[in-house]
Amino acid sequence: MSKAFINHFLLFIVLLVGIILSLSLGSVSIPFQDILKSLFGLSIENSTWDYIIVNYRLPKTITAILIGSGLAVSGLLMQTLFRNPLAGPYVLGLSSGASLGVAFLIMGASLLSGFFGEFLFSKWAIILSASGGSLVVMLAVLSTAQRVKDTMTLLIIGLMVASLTSAIVSVLAYFSSSNELQLYIFWSFGSLGNLSWQEVGILSICWFIGLSFAIFCLKNLNALLLGENYAKSMGVQLKKNRILIIVSTSILAGSATALAGPIAFVGLAVPHLVRQLVPTNDHRILLPSIILGGAILMLFCDIIAQLPGSESTLPINAVTSIFGAPVVIWLLLRKRKLNF
Amino acid sequence: MSSEFNHDKILLSTSSLNVGYREKRSTISVAEAINFEVKTGELVALIGVNGSGKSTLLKTLSGQIPALSGEVKIDHQLLSGLLDKDLGTYLSLVLTNEPVSRQLTVMELVALGRHPYTNWMGQLSKIDIEKVNKALSQVDLVQKEDKLCDSLSDGQFQKVLIARALAQDTPLILMDEPTTHLDMFHKAYVLQLLKTIVKTSQKSILFASHEINLALQLCDKIILIDEGKVDFGTPSELIQKGAFKTLFPADFIVFDENSKTFRMKIQND
Repeated sequence: MSKAFINHFLLFIVLLVGIILSLSLGSVSIPFQDILKSLFGLSIENSTWDYIIVNYRLPKTITAILIGSGLAVSGLLMQTLFRNPLAGPYVLGLSSGASLGVAFLIMGASLLSGFFGEFLFSKWAIILSASGGSLVVMLAVLSTAQRVKDTMTLLIIGLMVASLTSAIVSVLAYFSSSNELQLYIFWSFGSLGNLSWQEVGILSICWFIGLSFAIFCLKNLNALLLGENYAKSMGVQLKKNRILIIVSTSILAGSATALAGPIAFVGLAVPHLVRQLVPTNDHRILLPSIILGGAILMLFCDIIAQLPGSESTLPINAVTSIFGAPVVIWLLLRKRKLNF
Repeated sequence: MSSEFNHDKILLSTSSLNVGYREKRSTISVAEAINFEVKTGELVALIGVNGSGKSTLLKTLSGQIPALSGEVKIDHQLLSGLLDKDLGTYLSLVLTNEPVSRQLTVMELVALGRHPYTNWMGQLSKIDIEKVNKALSQVDLVQKEDKLCDSLSDGQFQKVLIARALAQDTPLILMDEPTTHLDMFHKAYVLQLLKTIVKTSQKSILFASHEINLALQLCDKIILIDEGKVDFGTPSELIQKGAFKTLFPADFIVFDENSKTFRMKIQND
């Protein structure tokens, strides 16, 4: 346990560094003392700086932590549930499902607005539709995964789901107004910024609920490492457990996708990167490591996305893909070692 | 040495058990009228050719699939009446070809056997750790407890899986072909280990196997499935009945009653 403690401590230090960098880097350079002062509620001379930190950088840093850790945890849950090292919310089409949900909401809204009015355009509605979309995809993938145990087949199914959803989105886009289309496209670029404190609050509630479900499943997740037959023989109620895991992943991945757009590869890559550092499959040790690892990765991707010293920002989705795609290739190349 | 145990206690029994699969409209019966009893401290082999229904029977006995008809009783309680969460304290399994993670240390994997007894977080109590250590020493793996399962040989990994079942500390252990993928020495070693386990603890082991020759020498009882018919008895009882004569095509493999072994019939060309 002490080795795990040291690893967690190291990860925590790296996370702190990431948080500090994320708060201090940006298009406007602000002295570090002033950042600290502003964070602790002390007044600083330049009120613009104060505004930038409290209403822009701080919520963005918190968003990065919540979304990075949430996606990473949902990746871990899926990898164990499917007993498949290449499972993850993006690869298996959960993010596409969430996109579809949001597309239906934004572009199909005009049809429904009569019934629901204001509610449709609230962030809760977006989160609900994104989580619902990912839940549907998760259930579909799960029902096929029962029949195929093969890694590659499952990946191809995920790919098909993604192209199916993007086709439906195209059809929706064809029939929607340019306003709605623009709204959807901006959402789909993905961004960690631009979240109000209220939205950060909603995200953290979802994060907390999803993570609670995951913690509740920890013991059974370990049993699942032996395969479903062994797990059942030791008294794991497979169906109940599967539902809990599915709900947890859908809430975590759905809420993250709803508020920050579809973000690729974090869910898939983080569990594997963390396993390199913490070589265990005990979920009681892995879960906190992966929460920290996901948060760290997302913070640094966001720092890179801002292109320090420049005015412009890259879409976060592009940065995680540039980073994540090679990780997947690396995993496939050493496939013989994937008996995880 | 085994006199301290009550050998008349019946741990597992079936009466007019009928096993098979239910499909959408029809039921496919694999083996019928299965009657046997496994008592404390017995090593029982389940023998049959490929496709004879060994796995189906084993799955039925372990509650993975329901019986078509008839009864299975574990410790005098109906299997169908046991809850999932209680089943883990009555019987444990050793299976083959399961997607078991090998990125666990020997200790971690064996400790997973304590699952039915630990709290919601899976925290190991003092008793749990004692049972895990005892299981490890029973299969002679104490020295390897911190090794990753990935680094073990097939024979050693099989011992880890057996230790996991021992750590689950159930009166009955069911095993599905515990000696596949092993060489002749390790086959004999593992079966001998099973024999030692049942003789030194109040457990019974029922295992499905293709190792007929070894089973005949070692087991207390044999359940023989031959074309849907099931015979049960001690090896010598079954030999006297002539139960083994029809198991394999007589022009390929013959049973020699004197040496209690199956022999290949050399084809002359």
